[in-house]
Amino acid sequence: MATLLTPAETRRRVEASLRRRYRTEWLFRFYGLVSVFIGVGFLVVLFTTIIGNGYGAFRQSFIQLEIQFDPAVIDPEGTRNPDVLASADYAQLIKTSLRTLFPAAEDRAARRELNALVSAGGAYRLQEMVVADPGILGQTRELWLPADDEVNLFVKGRRAAHDSASGAQTQRLSDQQIGWIGQLESTRRLQQRFNTIFFTGGDSREPELAGIWGATKGSFFMLLVTLLLSFPLGVAAAIYLEEFAPRSWLVDVIEVNINNLAAVPSIVFGLLGLAVFINFFGMPRSAPLVGGLVLTLMTLPVIIIASRAAIKSVPPSVREAALGVGASKMQMVFHHVLPLALPGMMTGAIIGMARALGESAPLLMIGMVAFVVDVPSGPMSPSTALPVQIYLWADSPERAFVELTSAAIMVLLAFLLVMNAAAVWLRSRFERRW
Amino acid sequence: MRLSTLALILTAMVLAAFYLGRRRAVAIGGGLGPGRRLHSLPKYYGYYTALWCLLPGLALLLAWTAFSDTIITSRVVESLPGALRNQPEAQLGLTLNDIRNLAAGQMVDESRRAEFAVAADLYNDLRSASQRLLSGLIIAVSFFGFAMAWLRLRPQFRARNHVELAIQVALIAASLVAILTTLGILLSVTFEAIRFFRQVPFADFLFGLSWSPQTAIRADQVGSSGAFGAVPLFAGTLLISGIALVVAVPIGLMIAIYLSEYARPALRRVVKPVLEVLAGIPTVVYGYFAALTVAPVIRQLGDSVGLNVASESALGAGLVMGIMIIPFVSSLSDDVINAVPQSMRDGSYALGATKSETIKRVILRAALPGIVGGVLLAASRAIGETMIVVMAAVLSANLTANPLESVTTVTVQIVTLLVGDQEFDSPKTLAAFALGLVLFVVTLILNIIALQVVRRYREQYD
Repeated sequence: MATLLTPAETRRRVEASLRRRYRTEWLFRFYGLVSVFIGVGFLVVLFTTIIGNGYGAFRQSFIQLEIQFDPAVIDPEGTRNPDVLASADYAQLIKTSLRTLFPAAEDRAARRELNALVSAGGAYRLQEMVVADPGILGQTRELWLPADDEVNLFVKGRRAAHDSASGAQTQRLSDQQIGWIGQLESTRRLQQRFNTIFFTGGDSREPELAGIWGATKGSFFMLLVTLLLSFPLGVAAAIYLEEFAPRSWLVDVIEVNINNLAAVPSIVFGLLGLAVFINFFGMPRSAPLVGGLVLTLMTLPVIIIASRAAIKSVPPSVREAALGVGASKMQMVFHHVLPLALPGMMTGAIIGMARALGESAPLLMIGMVAFVVDVPSGPMSPSTALPVQIYLWADSPERAFVELTSAAIMVLLAFLLVMNAAAVWLRSRFERRW
Repeated sequence: MRLSTLALILTAMVLAAFYLGRRRAVAIGGGLGPGRRLHSLPKYYGYYTALWCLLPGLALLLAWTAFSDTIITSRVVESLPGALRNQPEAQLGLTLNDIRNLAAGQMVDESRRAEFAVAADLYNDLRSASQRLLSGLIIAVSFFGFAMAWLRLRPQFRARNHVELAIQVALIAASLVAILTTLGILLSVTFEAIRFFRQVPFADFLFGLSWSPQTAIRADQVGSSGAFGAVPLFAGTLLISGIALVVAVPIGLMIAIYLSEYARPALRRVVKPVLEVLAGIPTVVYGYFAALTVAPVIRQLGDSVGLNVASESALGAGLVMGIMIIPFVSSLSDDVINAVPQSMRDGSYALGATKSETIKRVILRAALPGIVGGVLLAASRAIGETMIVVMAAVLSANLTANPLESVTTVTVQIVTLLVGDQEFDSPKTLAAFALGLVLFVVTLILNIIALQVVRRYREQYD
C-alpha cells in the first residue's frame, strides 16, 4: 500500500502536473475548433468550386447573323407542305449567311471551319420559326443564334483572365477561326447573352443546346407522385401507431421495421422497384410514375417518424378535453389532434421531399438514366430527374459539360434551399409551445 | 367506356349516395332540431351509404384488372392454330407480344402480320368486351351496395361506429405498407438471388477472389465463363468505408464535443445549421466533387512526393464520403453527449478534473454505447452509399488494401450490372441481386444492432 502523502507533497505534485494538464486542455480544445473548421471549410470549398465552375453557364455566346429565308432552299416547289418545310436544309441558310459575312473563306476546309462557329442547333431554331409561321419565307431577319461550344469556351476562357494552363488546352480552334471570332466581336455580332436554352431545353449531345427543363419536369412529376402517395399514407400510419395501436408484437414489429427501413441503402429500393414494379407488374421503364413509387417507399419512413413526433407533441390534455365533451376517439383525433400536429407533419413531409429530390441511386436502377431529348409531358413519358441529369453530364466527355454540370447543381441546390427554408419557416410560424 | 369516364361516373354516384343517405337520415330521424332521434350525426349516415357505394365497385375493379389480362391471353392462345400454340414457353411469349403490338396498332414484321391478324382482332374484341362488361358490372354493384345500405338506415342505426371502423381499417392498412415494403425487398431480392445461386455456387460467390461478370455472347470467346467471386468487391467496399469512417468519426465526434461543451451559443447557432446543409447536399454533388476536384488534387499531391496514385483512388472517394457522413456522426454524438446527466460532470469537476479530462474520462465513457451505435449507423450508410463511388471509383475489381490504388465496390457493381440493356436470365444481371441481398442483410444487421444499442443506452439515463 502506498504511503500517505503529506498535504505539502500532494500540492507540489499537483502543481508540477498543472502545466502539462492545461496544455492538454488547450490542445483538446484546439482539435475541436479545427474539426469545426474542417467541416465548415469543406462546405465553403465545395460551394466556391461549384459556383466558380458553373456561373459561366448562365451566359452563353450568341452570333448575330442575317438570315435570308430563301424559298429556293427551303421550299423550291412552293408547296408550303409542312413535311417539306420541316425537312428542309436550314443549315444551308446559315452557311450562306456566314459566307456573305466572310467572303474571304474560299476553299472547302476554310468553309468547314467557318460553319463550325455556329451551333448545329441554329438550324433547329430556323426550322421552328418557319414551321410556326411559313409566311416568313422570302424575308430576311437578323437573328441571334447560339455559337458552338468551342467558341463559347474560347470566349469565356479568354475573358476569365489569361489562365495559361487551361489556355493551352482550350486551343481547339484554328488561328483562322480565332481571327473570325475577333472580327465578329469587333462588329458586335458575337455577344454573351443570358442562356435561356439552359432553362428551357431538354438534354442534348451538344453542350450549347443542353438544358435542364426536361429533367426538372421529370423530377416534378416524380415528386408529385411521391407527395400524393407518401403524405396521406405516412400520416395515416403515424395516426394509427400513435393513437390506436394496442401494444402487441405486431405493432412492435412495425415500429422496428419502420426505423430500419429509414436506414436501408437507397439502392436497395431501386432493386425493389426494378424487380417488383418493372419486372413483375410490367410498368414502363424510365417513367416518372415508377420513380415516384420507389421514392414513396423511401420517404414513407421519414414522414411516418416525423408525423409521430408531431402527434406526440400534442399534449394529452387536448385529447382528454375532447373525449370529456363526448367526442369519439376518431373525432378526437381528426378534429383536434390532427390540426394541431399538421404543421409538424408538413415540415417532415417537406424534408422528406427534399431528400427524395436529391436522390439518384434508385433511379439508375429503374432506367431513368436514358438519354431523353424530349421534355416529358406526363408521369408516364420517359424522362430523367435533375440529380440523374447531373450524373449524366458529369460523365460526358465534352469539356463544356463541366460548366453545365455545375450550373445544374446550383439549380438543384437552390431548389433544396427553398424547400428547407419553407420547412424552417413553417416550423417557426406554426410551432406551439404547450 | 374509358376508365376515366367510369371514374367520373363512380364519383358522381358516391356523391349522390352521400347526399341521399344523409337526407334519408334527416327524414327518418325527425329533422335536424333538438328533437332528433338519430344515434349519429346525419353526415355519418351519408358517409355510410357513400362507402357502401364506393368500396364494392373498387374491389371489383381491382380484382378485374388483376385477372382479366390473364384470362384474355389464355383465350387468345386457345384460338391460335396448333403450330403456334405448341411453341416453347419463351417463343409463345414473343408471339403474344407481337399480337399485343399489332392489336395496339403498332408496327409488326410484315411477313407475320396476316398470321396474327385474326388473333389480334380477337384480342381487341375480348378487351373491349371486358371493358364494357366491367363498366356495367361496377355500376350495378355500386348501385346495389348503395341500395342495401340505404335500406338499412334506421334512427338507432350506429352509422358512426361503422364509418369509424372503416377508417380504422384504412389506417391499419397504411401502417402495413412499411411491412409490405420490407417483405417486398426481401422476397424480390432473395428470389432473384436464389436464381443466381442455382447457376453460380454460393461458396464461389462469397469466397471467390476474382470478379469479371462480363459473360461472353458466344461460347468460344475468351473468358466466356465469367467469374463471380465477390471478395474483391467486399474488400473495396470495406476499404472505402473504412477511410470514410477514419475521417468522419474523429472529426464528427470532436465537432459534437466542441459544440456541446466548449462553444459559445453564438457559434453553435451558426455551425449547427451549416452542418445540416452539409447533410442535405445530394450525394451526386459529392460524387461530382470527388471525381472532378478531390481526385486530381490527391493525384498531384502523390506525384509531388513521388507516389504513384491511381487517378480514381480509393482515398479520394473515401475522403469525400467521410466528409459526407461527418454531420451524421456529429448530430448522433451530440444527442448522446447531451443525454449524459449533468451530475456526472459536476462530480468530475468537484474532484479537480479539467474540462478535457472530464470529457475524456467521464462523458465519453458514459456515452460510449451511444457513440458506438452512431458509428455503426454511419458505417451502414457508408457501405450503402452509391453515387460517390459510382462517380469516383472504378469498374474493374482489384483486390488490394492500398488506399492509393483504385478499387470497386458492391454498389458500383450493382449499378453497372443493371444499367442499360439486360436479359433477366443471365447470371450477370442476377449477380446484381445477389450483391443487393448481401448489402441489404449486412446493413440490416448493422442497423438492428445500432438501434438496439442506442435504445438501451437512452433507457439507461432517462
